[in-house]
Amino acid sequence: MSKVLLKLVVNGRPQEFACEPNQTLLDALRQDLGLTGSKRGCDDSSCGACTVQVDGVPMLACTLLAAGCDGQEIVTVEGIADHGSLAAIQKAFGEWGGSQCGFCTPGFMITVHWLLGQNPNPTEEEIRTALSGNLCRCTGYNQMYSAVKAAIAAEQRGKVPR
Amino acid sequence: MSDFSVIGKPVALVDAAGKTTGQGKYTDDLSMPGLLIGKILHSSYPHARINRIDASKALALDGVVTVVVGADAPNKYGILPVGHDETALAVDKVRYVGDNVACVVAETEAIAEKALELVDVEYEPLPAWFDPEESMRAETDLIHEQRPQNIEKEYHHVFGDPAKGFAEADHVAEGRYIANEVTHAAMEPHSTLASFELDPQTGKPGRLTVWSSTQVPYYLQHKLSIVLEMPMSQIRVIKPLVGGGFGGKSEVIPLEIIAAVAARKAQAPVKITYTREEVFWAHRGRPRTIVDLKTGVKKDGRITAVAAKVIQDGGAYCSYGVVTILYSGALLGALYDIPNIQYDGYRVLTNKPACGAMRGHGTVNVRFAFESQLDEVARAIGMDAVEIRERNLLKPPCITVNGLRVQSYGLPECIEKTAERSRWRERKGKLPRGRGLGIACSHYVSGAANSIIRSDMPHSTVNIKIDRDGGVVVYTGASDIGQGSDTMVAQIAAEALGCSLGRVKVVAADTDLTPIDIGSYSSRVTFMNGNATLRAAEAVKKQIVQSAAKRMGCAPEDVVMRGDRVWKKSAYPEGGPEAALQAAPPDAPTVSGRVEGQILRGSVQQKRKEEGPKDQMSFEEAVVSAIDFHGALTGTGSYAPPVEARGGKHKGAGVGPSPAYSYSTQVAEVSVDEETGEVTVHKVWAAHDCGRALNPVSVEGQVIGSVWMGLGQALQEEMVWKDGLLMNPGLLEYRSPSAIESPDVECIIVESVDPEGPFGAKEASEGSLAAAIPAVANAIYDAVGIRLRESPFTPERVLAALRAKQADAKRLQLSGKVDPTHPETFREHGGSLSYRGRGAARHPLDPAIRRKSGAESEPKPEQGAS
Repeated sequence: MSKVLLKLVVNGRPQEFACEPNQTLLDALRQDLGLTGSKRGCDDSSCGACTVQVDGVPMLACTLLAAGCDGQEIVTVEGIADHGSLAAIQKAFGEWGGSQCGFCTPGFMITVHWLLGQNPNPTEEEIRTALSGNLCRCTGYNQMYSAVKAAIAAEQRGKVPR
Repeated sequence: MSDFSVIGKPVALVDAAGKTTGQGKYTDDLSMPGLLIGKILHSSYPHARINRIDASKALALDGVVTVVVGADAPNKYGILPVGHDETALAVDKVRYVGDNVACVVAETEAIAEKALELVDVEYEPLPAWFDPEESMRAETDLIHEQRPQNIEKEYHHVFGDPAKGFAEADHVAEGRYIANEVTHAAMEPHSTLASFELDPQTGKPGRLTVWSSTQVPYYLQHKLSIVLEMPMSQIRVIKPLVGGGFGGKSEVIPLEIIAAVAARKAQAPVKITYTREEVFWAHRGRPRTIVDLKTGVKKDGRITAVAAKVIQDGGAYCSYGVVTILYSGALLGALYDIPNIQYDGYRVLTNKPACGAMRGHGTVNVRFAFESQLDEVARAIGMDAVEIRERNLLKPPCITVNGLRVQSYGLPECIEKTAERSRWRERKGKLPRGRGLGIACSHYVSGAANSIIRSDMPHSTVNIKIDRDGGVVVYTGASDIGQGSDTMVAQIAAEALGCSLGRVKVVAADTDLTPIDIGSYSSRVTFMNGNATLRAAEAVKKQIVQSAAKRMGCAPEDVVMRGDRVWKKSAYPEGGPEAALQAAPPDAPTVSGRVEGQILRGSVQQKRKEEGPKDQMSFEEAVVSAIDFHGALTGTGSYAPPVEARGGKHKGAGVGPSPAYSYSTQVAEVSVDEETGEVTVHKVWAAHDCGRALNPVSVEGQVIGSVWMGLGQALQEEMVWKDGLLMNPGLLEYRSPSAIESPDVECIIVESVDPEGPFGAKEASEGSLAAAIPAVANAIYDAVGIRLRESPFTPERVLAALRAKQADAKRLQLSGKVDPTHPETFREHGGSLSYRGRGAARHPLDPAIRRKSGAESEPKPEQGAS
């Protein structure tokens, strides 16, 4: 199989590289671009650890062909920090125990980042539904809800004019 | 409340930012120049002799570097000294579907996968054993020749006089409880990277470095040394971030050895990462357990005797099996006061992936049986489920009938608090039909008092170094697998040295850098490594205090270290650390850096000479003066469990004893849909006695996580087998609960302050799991009056039990093979109502075939009774 040339915008930076037509987006990110934040937990879109945003929509990079994303904008967990500091949701996940072993965390970060972008003040039910596509084996999810709520509160505090 | 400045306060894990930003590196994230990828060929037969392996076609493929087979590393190993029955790759025969046959090493994963299909293996199928009770009758075709009747190990323990105990009982309950097999399913699939470096003296491959997702780097170093025939000193094991373990990484997993053997043969670094399906085959989870339990009670609720016969379906290798079967018996004790115990345990080999240690090791399934039966006897004698538990409390400090020493004991408070928060007394028995409450208790060790390899050597050693920059570096072998041990170590060091958490840097789990810690298993790390850290910190503190006393002109007893400063007691501000922080001069540095340059120029020393004695100084000043005084500032601490906590003398007494036990109580509120059989858990109140909560947010996370994992086992998780083939080797099929299925868990922390724990702390990560399953079972009984004695409580099992209760109900009009009211055939299909496949090929003499060929001896579908 000959390689195809691919142009992506990853975390705001244009990237151009050649990849096998059957290469997944996850392998391209991890192996070709060295962005190992997105994780491979299952290979079959069950766990959500590889979630990235493709043109603003959370997608599972493990079952997405890289070549199919040509010209699209990708945001990975490496791209959501807030100007060199932890984003509110990243800080809150640490403080509220939303992350234990951390392997599923990148997927949750992307999902929550998307959720709060869509709906700045979700109900607990909406949070649960949004998170249900990502599996975590450590936390039992309870502390994640506290973290999401704390992040929302922090964001709102941040928006108050000083 | 408590007089601490760092511990007892919720803090983010010290490695949290690496996890939320994606910067943290797990093993599979690592790479190096020239890295090759290994892929393992697995057996498609449950039990077969390997006659021939022909890898020539695979080797001919472009990009394939080498193919590793069993003969490349035939030395046997195993996690237990009594269970050395594994080889890196199968040498003569395979023992389960998924057993390791060969490993292809290639330039890319795609090439390696392609080459796997080209390896030609000729198998000679042998009769296979899948049911433990059948396997125990085996005379021929043994799974391991040295294990007659396929019994890995059996134990028969009698404590007190069980016969007399049962004779004295007013009521005796008997029953069979079955807990089906579950697995860890940690989010990170196992991964190992192995690399040799060339020895400059000999010019040949010399030292080996292995990065691996492991809970036990030092055991891995030991097993690698056995298989590779290399001295341990030439092997360095580094544990990067580990994406969860739960026991699945607490022993040496085949890929860890195979990667090293492959790197040696390929003469290049090799990385192997399991696919999710391979993780299920590697397994080492909680075995399917059959518990025949008998409990005798007096009318007043006092337990007079307990007898348990436990059979564990251990899979094809020993793994931790001997320890698992011993835990099942030993931890019948130390929760309640039981005067007479009889225990018969059988660990049986079958042709399935090996079972091993999983969160709550050995105790969970027996606890499910015991707490369910306790509920049954309470009802039989007309006593409330809370009250019968309160009637059987231990009176510590004490030594139980089976030789376990109990000191701190927060169980009474756990029971009281869960009953109170769940409003048990007001609500129990008054909920509408279909909704119920159930209670159960559990406990767990805070580390095994005897290590796997018995010795008097310390189980943990920790070194601390403080240099003139004022930075505290803790070198600990403790393996953080997400439970937060690095944070625990940093907190203890900071608390003991009176400095801020940000000043402490933890270097962990690298066999070259850190002194030994035997690993993250049996919930030992906080208790043992925490104690070693505390001792190391105290050793350093002693030196700082000594020089500070001299410097401030007071006695060493009058020196206080707190709030990143060192105080003369007379100058120490009233009101503790907060006041101390406020009283500190505003320019006082709180982290090192800021005065580093000055210290290097020696200006602090100069300043000190000019100033003369003072009554307080900064941490940096104190450090510099201590280095001045002692030459260097380092400390070592180690921990070995006290002799009194190491248990009795009987055979098998080594497993069960612990320096301290954690205690848990849970109340579950469930509803049962009698139409669909679906059980919904609405809320769990979970109290856990962790001695002292060093980091409350972590303790809550561990307790909630344990309860949640227990709920998974209670309601939906189950490994479904068909002729030794796993039918659900994927996270969706295995049905680990998602956010939608996970109820609110209210964690109640109980602090009993253990006399030997670091600041009184005990374990928090495992003990809560076991209570969740019986709490749900008891709640289901309360809701709809059915007693489920087989987990998980799936809709099929609930419906079958509801149907069985209605004597005149019509039987399910399903084929005989899938009718849940025929447990034996039903189980063969794992409760699946749709699966009708044939499964893996079987030998004609296979017992399952023999049974089927016994003409129509299989149960026929019974016709409707009405």
